Amino acid sequence: MIYAAIVFLPLIGALVAGLFGRGIGDRPSEIITTACLVAAAVLSWVVFVDVGFAHTTTKVTLLRWISSGELDVAWSLRIDTLTAVMLVVVTTVSSLVHIYSIGYMEEDDARWRFFAYLSLFTFAMLMLVTADNLLQLFFGWEGVGLASYLLIGFWWKKPSANAAAIKAFVVNRVGDFGFALGIFGLFALTGSIGFDKIFADAPSLVGKTMDLAGFKVDILNALCLLLFVGAMGKSAQFLLHTWLPDAMEGPTPVSALIHAATMVTAGVFLVARMSPLYELAPTASLVVMYTGMVTAFFAATVGLVQNDIKRVIAYSTCSQLGYMFAACGAGAYGVAIFHLFTHAFFKALLFLGAGSVIHAMHHEQDMRNMGGLRKHIPITWAMMLIGTLALTGVGIPFVGGFAGFHSKEAIIEVAYAAHTPNNIVFWMLLLTAFMTSFYSWRLMFMTFHQQPRWAAGHGHDDHAHAKDAQHHDAHGDTHHVHGDHAHTPHESPLVMLIPLYALALGAVVAGIVFYPHFIGYHYKVFWGASIFEGANNHIMHAMHEVPKWVPVAPFAAMLSGLALAYVYYIAVPSLPDATARAFRPIYLFFLNKWYFDELYDLIFVRPAMWIGRALWKGGDGAVIDGTINGTASGVMAGTNRIVKLQTGFVYHYAFSMLIGVAAILSYVIAVAGGFGGVK
Amino acid sequence: MTIGIAHYLVVAACLFTVGILGIFLNRKNVIVILMSIELMLLAVNINLVAFSYYLGDLTGQAFALFILTVAAAEAAIGLAIIVVYFRNRGSIAVEDINLMKG
Amino acid sequence: MTLTVFFFYLFAILAVVSAVMVITVRNPVHAVLFLILTFFNAAGLFILLGAEFLAMLLVIVYVGAVAVLFLFVTMMLDVDFDELKAGFIKNAPAGLLVGGIVLAELVLLFAGRSFDINLGKTLGAATPTDIDNTRALGQFIYTKYAYLFQASGLILLVAMIGAIVLTHRVRDGVRRQSISAQNARRPETAMAVIKVPSGGYDIPAKIPAEAKLRASEAQSGHSPAGKSPSDKTSAEAAE
Repeated sequence: MIYAAIVFLPLIGALVAGLFGRGIGDRPSEIITTACLVAAAVLSWVVFVDVGFAHTTTKVTLLRWISSGELDVAWSLRIDTLTAVMLVVVTTVSSLVHIYSIGYMEEDDARWRFFAYLSLFTFAMLMLVTADNLLQLFFGWEGVGLASYLLIGFWWKKPSANAAAIKAFVVNRVGDFGFALGIFGLFALTGSIGFDKIFADAPSLVGKTMDLAGFKVDILNALCLLLFVGAMGKSAQFLLHTWLPDAMEGPTPVSALIHAATMVTAGVFLVARMSPLYELAPTASLVVMYTGMVTAFFAATVGLVQNDIKRVIAYSTCSQLGYMFAACGAGAYGVAIFHLFTHAFFKALLFLGAGSVIHAMHHEQDMRNMGGLRKHIPITWAMMLIGTLALTGVGIPFVGGFAGFHSKEAIIEVAYAAHTPNNIVFWMLLLTAFMTSFYSWRLMFMTFHQQPRWAAGHGHDDHAHAKDAQHHDAHGDTHHVHGDHAHTPHESPLVMLIPLYALALGAVVAGIVFYPHFIGYHYKVFWGASIFEGANNHIMHAMHEVPKWVPVAPFAAMLSGLALAYVYYIAVPSLPDATARAFRPIYLFFLNKWYFDELYDLIFVRPAMWIGRALWKGGDGAVIDGTINGTASGVMAGTNRIVKLQTGFVYHYAFSMLIGVAAILSYVIAVAGGFGGVK
Repeated sequence: MTIGIAHYLVVAACLFTVGILGIFLNRKNVIVILMSIELMLLAVNINLVAFSYYLGDLTGQAFALFILTVAAAEAAIGLAIIVVYFRNRGSIAVEDINLMKG
Repeated sequence: MTLTVFFFYLFAILAVVSAVMVITVRNPVHAVLFLILTFFNAAGLFILLGAEFLAMLLVIVYVGAVAVLFLFVTMMLDVDFDELKAGFIKNAPAGLLVGGIVLAELVLLFAGRSFDINLGKTLGAATPTDIDNTRALGQFIYTKYAYLFQASGLILLVAMIGAIVLTHRVRDGVRRQSISAQNARRPETAMAVIKVPSGGYDIPAKIPAEAKLRASEAQSGHSPAGKSPSDKTSAEAAE
C-alpha cells in the first residue's frame, strides 16, 4: 500500500495540476503537487529504512496488463534495496526541486503546467525504478523521456528550447532503439520479460551464440550491449551525449531534477538492476567500463573551458555518470549506486545553487559576466561551496570527508582494483578527478570571487568592460538604457534556500553515514539480492585491499586541481586568456565539445533532413500530390479533348458510327472467323 | 458467265458504301444526306431481293416492300423537318448545323 | 444468258456511277436527278431478279413520289449557289479510307468464298412458279403478313400527319373556320331585336350579348369566320 502511495501520489499531483491547473490557478497547483511529493518523499525514507535495514523486500502486484500467448506482464512493484535507494533519491530531490521551483518560477505564468510536468516526470521515474519487468521499466523510461522533452521545451516560445527538446528526445530514441532490441532479445530467449524469470534463466544462456549477419555473437554479451545502448542514450554517455548540454535550455530546476539526479541516472540504475546479466557477460561489462571512462574524461575536458555556468555543471554530470558506469563495468554496482546516491545530492545542490545565482543575476548565465558575487549572495556562495567540496571529493584520506570524497574515491579504488591493462581506467579517472576539481573551482572563482564583471554586463550590452565597473549602480543607470536589471544581485527567497540547506546536509553527511552500508562491511546485508555478484567478482574485496597510495591519489589530484584553479583565476587572472591563445586549437576543440555536434549534424542530421525534404517535395509533393492532382487535371485534360468530339455536326457522328461499323466488321472477319454460314 | 448472287451483293455493297460516304463527305447540303439514306435503303433492298431470288423465297420481296414503305415515310418526315429548319435558320449548309456542340 | 449479263452490268454500273454523282455534284437539283437515275437502274436490276412488282413500285413510289418530293423541297429552299461552289472537305481522305475499308470487308464476306446458300428447307414463302410475281406477293402479303401490311399503312398515316404537323404554320390575317365557335353559337348570343330609329342607326356594340361575344373572341385570338354573316343576319333581323 505504502509503495503504491509512493508511486502514485506524484501522478495524482500531476493529473490535478495538469488537467485542472488552468482552472484552479497556479498557487493551488504548486501546493498540491509539492504536498504530494513531500508525502511521497517521507514515505520513501520510511521504506528505505524498512528495506535497507529491516530487509523487508516485497513484490506488489497492482494490475494485470498484458496476457497474450507467452507474454504475461503485470503492473507490479518490486521493492528491494536498489529500489529503495532510488526511491529515496528520486522523491527527495524531486520534492526539494518542487519547493525550489515555487520560488524560482514565480514570474512565470504557466506554473501549473510546470509543476504538472515535474510531478509527471517523478511518477514516470518512480515507475521505472519500481518496475518488476522490462516492459514497465521501458514505460517509465519513455515516460521520463517524454517529461524531459516537455520540460526542456517548457519555454516553447524560444526556438532554441524547442530544438534542444527535440534533440534530447531524438538522441534518447536512438538509445531506446537499442534498449528495445535488447528487450525483444531477452523475451525471445527466455520467454518472459519479468526480472525474476530473466535472472533465473540467465546462467543457462551463458556461452550460447547466435548467428548475426554471418557472425557468431555471444547472446548474453550482445543483449547486454543492446541494453547498455539504451543506458548510453539516457545517461548521456559518449556518442549519445550531445543532448545533455543543450538540455540546459530548460529552467534550472529541471536541470537539477532531471539532468543531474534522476533521469540521467536511470541508465546506471538499469545496469545495476541487470547486474545478474552483466555479471555473466564479461565483454559487455568491459565495454561499459571503458565507455564510462571515456565519457568521464571527455566531459571533463569540455567542462574545462565552458562559459555558461549551467553547462559546466552539465558536463560535470556527464563526467560523473561516466564514473558510475566505470564502476558498474568493473562489477562494483554497489559503489556505482552509492556514487549515484551522493551525486544526486551535491549535483542537485550545485544546480539549484546555480539557479540561485542566475535568479540573483536576473537570468544571466554567462560566467564571464559574473564575479565578486560572494559579498552579495553569501548564502548561495556557501551552499555552492559545500556542493563543490562534495563534488571534488574533499576529505581526509582514511578518515572521512564530504559525500563525494567517499563515493568518488571508492570508484577510483575500484578502478585500480579492476586491473585493466596499464591500469588505464585508473589513471584516466584520476586525471578526470584532477580536471573535475579544476573546473569546479574555476566555476566558484569566476562566479563568486574575482572582480565583478556584471556592471556593464547582464548580457544586454555590446561593450562589456570586464574589470572597471566597481560602482555599478552609477554605471548601471547610464549603461542600461533599456531600464531593466540595474540593481544589485540579491539573495534568493527562503523558499529557494531551504532546499539548498537540505541538499547541503545530504552532501555533507551522506557519505560518512551510508558508506558502511553501501560499500563497507555491511554492504552484502544491505543490498541483499538486489545486486548480483558473479562467482568471479571479488572487486568489493579487492577494493579495500589496494595499495596505500591509491586512496591518497584522488586527494592529491583534487588538491592540485584546486591549486591550479587558484593560480589561474585568483593569483594570475591573465593566465586563462594566455593559455587559451597559446593552445588555441585545443582550446577550440574543447570549447566546441570535440566538434561532436558538427559531426553528427554532418552525418545524421543533414542526410535525414535531405531525405525528409526529398520525400516531402519529391515523394509527397510530386508523387502523391502529383498523382492526385495529376489525376484530376488529367481527367480535365482528357475530357477537354474528348469534348472536341462533340462537334454538333451530324456527319461527324455518322463518321464515328461508320468507323465503329468498320471496326466490328474487321473484328468479325479477322478474329471471329466471319459470319457463320459462309464456307 | 452466270450472274451469281455475289454480283448483286457487290452492287448492293457499293451502293451502300456510296450512301455512307455521302453522309459525311458533304458539307453543303442537308438534302444530300437524306438522299444518301435513300441510297442505303436501296442497297438493302437490292440485297433482299437478290436473296429472295436465289433462295426462292418471297419473304425477301415482302420485306423489301415494307422497307420501301418506311423509307418513303421517313423521307417525307425528314424533308418536313428540313423545311421547318430552313424556315427557322435560313440555311441548309450542314456546316452550320452545330447547335449541339459540346 | 448473255443478255442478262449485259443488262446486269449495264444497270449495275449505271446505278453505282449515278449514286456517286448524287453525292458529288454541286447542284442539288442535279443530285436529285441522278438519284432518280439510280432508282431506275435499281428497278432494272429488280426486273432482272424477277421482282417486277417491286421494280414498278420502286419507279412509282420512289421516283414518282419520294424523288419528286426531294425536288420540291430542293427547289423550295432558297439555296445559294455561290456557297455551294466551295472546295472539297478536309477529312475526305480519311472518310474515303474508312469507306473503302467497309466496302472491302463487305465484299470480302462473300467474294472469295463459295457461297452455299441453301440454308435449309424452311422457306417463309416459296416462290411459286405458276403465278406471276404480283399475284404471288399479293397472295401472301394479305394472308401471312396482313398485320405487317396494316402496320405499314399506319406508319404511312403517321408520317403524313407528322409531316403536316411539322410544317404547319399559322399565318396572321388568314381567315379560318372555327368549328367549335360555330357550333357554340346560341340564339341568345347570335340574334337580338333592336328598335331601329328611322334615319339610320349605327350598330355599335350596344347589344350586350354581342358585345360580350366580340370581347371573348378578341381574347381568344382568332377571329371566328362567320362573323360578318351573323352580323349581317342580326342586323337584318333587327331591321
